[in-house]
Amino acid sequence: MLHLLLRHFTLLLGSTLLIGFIGVAWIGPTQMKYEPEKVSRNTYERPSKDYPFGTDKFGRDIQTRVVHATQLDLRIAFTVALISFAVGSVIGAIVGYYGDWLDAIVMRGVDVLFAFPSFLLAMVITGVLGDSERNVITAVTIAYIPYFVRLTRGQMLTVRTLPYADAAISIGNPSWRVALIHLLPNTLAPSLVQMSMVAGWAILDTAGLAFLGLGITSPTAEWGVMISEGAQRITTGEWWMWLYPGAALVLAAFAFNLIGDGLRNLLQQ
Amino acid sequence: MTTTPDTGATDQSPSLWLSFWAILRSNPLFRYLLRRLGLAVLALVGVIGVAFFLTSVLPGNPAVVRAGPLANEERIERYEREMGLDRPLVVQFADYVVHLAQGDLGESWSSRQPAQDELRARIPATVELGIVAFGLTLAISLPLGILAAVYQGTIIDWVIRLFATFGASVALFWLALIGIHLFYYEWDIAPPPLDRLTIGTEEPPSVTGLFTIDSLLAGDIKTCRDALNHLWLPAMTLALVVSAPMTKMIRSAMLETLDKDFIRTARAVGLPPRTIILVDALRSAFIPVLTTSGIVFGYLVAGNVIVERVFSWAGVGQYVWQALDANNLNAVRGFILLIAVVYIVLNLVIDLLYSLLDPRIRLN
Amino acid sequence: MDMTEPLLALENLSVTITDNRGQSKPILQGVSFEIYPNEVMGLVGESGSGKSMTALAIMGLLPRRAKPQSGHIWFNGHDLLTLSKREWYAVRGSQLAMIFQNPRAALNPLMRVGQQVARVVRLHQSLKKRAAYEKALDLLQQVGIPDSQTRARAYPHQLSGGMAQRVLIAMMLACQPRLLIADEPTTGLDVTIQAQIFELIKTIQAEFGTTLLLITHDLGVVSEVCQRVAVMQDGKIQEVATVGELFAHPQHPYTQHLMNTLLRVDRPTNSRA
Ligand SMILES: Nc1ncnc2c1ncn2[C@@H]1O[C@H](COP(=O)(O)OP(=O)(O)O)[C@@H](O)[C@H]1O
Ligand SMILES: [Mg+2]
Repeated sequence: MLHLLLRHFTLLLGSTLLIGFIGVAWIGPTQMKYEPEKVSRNTYERPSKDYPFGTDKFGRDIQTRVVHATQLDLRIAFTVALISFAVGSVIGAIVGYYGDWLDAIVMRGVDVLFAFPSFLLAMVITGVLGDSERNVITAVTIAYIPYFVRLTRGQMLTVRTLPYADAAISIGNPSWRVALIHLLPNTLAPSLVQMSMVAGWAILDTAGLAFLGLGITSPTAEWGVMISEGAQRITTGEWWMWLYPGAALVLAAFAFNLIGDGLRNLLQQ
Repeated sequence: MTTTPDTGATDQSPSLWLSFWAILRSNPLFRYLLRRLGLAVLALVGVIGVAFFLTSVLPGNPAVVRAGPLANEERIERYEREMGLDRPLVVQFADYVVHLAQGDLGESWSSRQPAQDELRARIPATVELGIVAFGLTLAISLPLGILAAVYQGTIIDWVIRLFATFGASVALFWLALIGIHLFYYEWDIAPPPLDRLTIGTEEPPSVTGLFTIDSLLAGDIKTCRDALNHLWLPAMTLALVVSAPMTKMIRSAMLETLDKDFIRTARAVGLPPRTIILVDALRSAFIPVLTTSGIVFGYLVAGNVIVERVFSWAGVGQYVWQALDANNLNAVRGFILLIAVVYIVLNLVIDLLYSLLDPRIRLN
Repeated sequence: MDMTEPLLALENLSVTITDNRGQSKPILQGVSFEIYPNEVMGLVGESGSGKSMTALAIMGLLPRRAKPQSGHIWFNGHDLLTLSKREWYAVRGSQLAMIFQNPRAALNPLMRVGQQVARVVRLHQSLKKRAAYEKALDLLQQVGIPDSQTRARAYPHQLSGGMAQRVLIAMMLACQPRLLIADEPTTGLDVTIQAQIFELIKTIQAEFGTTLLLITHDLGVVSEVCQRVAVMQDGKIQEVATVGELFAHPQHPYTQHLMNTLLRVDRPTNSRA
């Protein structure tokens, strides 16, 4: 009983957190007293009533920036998860369905990509493409496409042997149609779990790249950028500069991971 | 990898060579390794190609960077010629591969030193950090993973899994900042996050390149303590984050093993739980965990880039970050190749370990 | 026989199992029977009737999701259901031991079989490592493993199913339990090997006077090896009788049905020399 309760608790906690974040992203910015990129004379202010999370070296309000960044970071996470899923699973479905040399070639390519830690892959690609929101989305997406290719292909290989694939072909459906329309939906459940995980990783990667000065850059209000600005003051004790954006980032990633874990448990039954 | 009989040997005794070859070929383990080695070389060729062309389309012009902000057209063009950037990409690639075959990664464009020398100089710092972090990772994740599996479904399991999920969500750089703030700024237990030794401390004479070991070899306890002092916080940070996936992997491998028939036998003859868990189950669980060590390696390397940045640790990760920033293509390519080679070698070693650990593989 | 105290007595034992959705279903319902010292008791019933669960309940090795709901398992004047984890480890092996079906999977695949027997020897008889290994070799020889020196160095996957079961029986000999449970010890083995294994079990039982609970499909074996039989269906004991009675006058309709089906299926086994 305890086990059951705790299992669903995971999913519940994750969803609640995520809904909270979406709420903040949606209405948060309109509730703020300040502008995210507006400089002021009150630099390096400790958290106070005027500035609940303190201010940074340009006197910008950290709370305002954290709230504004929520929208940007969530947008990137969702976009990466959706596109890498869409592209990856279509490739995986086709490859898994037709098999043969196509499968051999694509999967070797996937192996090569897997041989490279996804964060480093995203790092190099961002370096290639240059700094912008679109480029960082592209880079991180490319890094996670292989996950969906591999997943969907594996699913497809098992689903393909099931009787209804034959049935669908025997009533005259062209085989590509069978692959995409009849079989793909069956592989959706595990992909959903993967998407949730990828969204969490994407948010961490994006912030990590920004922290290294790649992708999203100052003065944009983004969690990784803010943490990076805070890191410059690490030896002088202005902890509020990095603590709050970091906490937001970690909680957001935690939400996605909890949802992924919870969904996986739900589907495993 | 096809060790075709070379000329010297063939002249004398072709049949001897051939029969030797035939014996080797008939050994299944050897055949398997040969095939794996072939695939590894193929993967490496792929990585070289991808690494080269990917980095070659970097937007910035390295010649411009090198020529400096005040350079005129003429100077930039001269640099382009000097660096070979005016040639077609395919020619550049061929040139790169030829040099690579001689162990030459090309010139690091920021320092004009050979890139392989610079990389080599940076490797020990990364290795030292990586090894200590990996050791700590095991020290954290083994007990946690085993506990969670043994107490599956209880509150212990649940807390450990929550820790693992949370650990997978913690941004490494944020955790590092918390560590530095607390241990350096607040409590003054750790040194400032500036490289591997206190400024002004002389590096121990290089044998392994690992400061802790080299200083001990030189009998210099003080430097060794200083090196350890600088090492523990970054290593601990890295280990905490890498422990998260590792704990999950150990837990699920242990769960799977604990469900096996032979565990039931061990319990039915009254073997104590300690033996069953630590000898029977853990040894079997080690095999699936080994499969995932590629992932763990990935986490460690990617983590290193960030940790080295936060702690100004003069390792490979910091090097590639600087190289990316400066459009230093040869250095970036060298880094990519280094990671790929280590990863591929790691996988081969894992394969060998498998056959050592699992008698079922050893024989067929 | 009825005069003596039973060695083991199941009294109204009920066990339920809970699936992942939290729904529980009964797998044993009010199971009661006794086993007397030195006897060979048979437990028969269709597959899925709860024979293995009964055995695992006695051993305290029920799957995590299965929980005893009521009843007692009396052994040596103690109710096994009330034992603590620690107390269990003093009972298993030395008092109660069990061999399973699928013997190859029941051995640790990463350990040489001689080593596996030897460590059980060491556990139950305080011997030095070397001496325990010698003893293990003896035991392997006793259970009819030819060339036991060499075989002891084999890994389980290098042995046939019959050989693996012999190794497991050697382990049981090392334990010298008061009650040995054999759960379909020959399922999946060749017919001739089956006969040999039963022969071995019979010999050992006679020699050491071990009390044996033999779970099987094979009524032919029951008639040869067992003194008394319990018949199980759907988690309930339908009938307990001596072998003579059971074959002469099966009381329960289910027993009659069982005898019709099982005897017919197992005819080839019966016709052995
Ligand atoms: N892990 C399990 N989960 C759910 N039900 C189980 C499990 N194992 C056994 N059962 C159920 O318990 C009952 C008894 O099984 P078992 O004792 O193995 O039968 P037998 O040994 O007589 O063939 C069966 O109905 C089976 O469906
Ligand atoms: Mg059974």
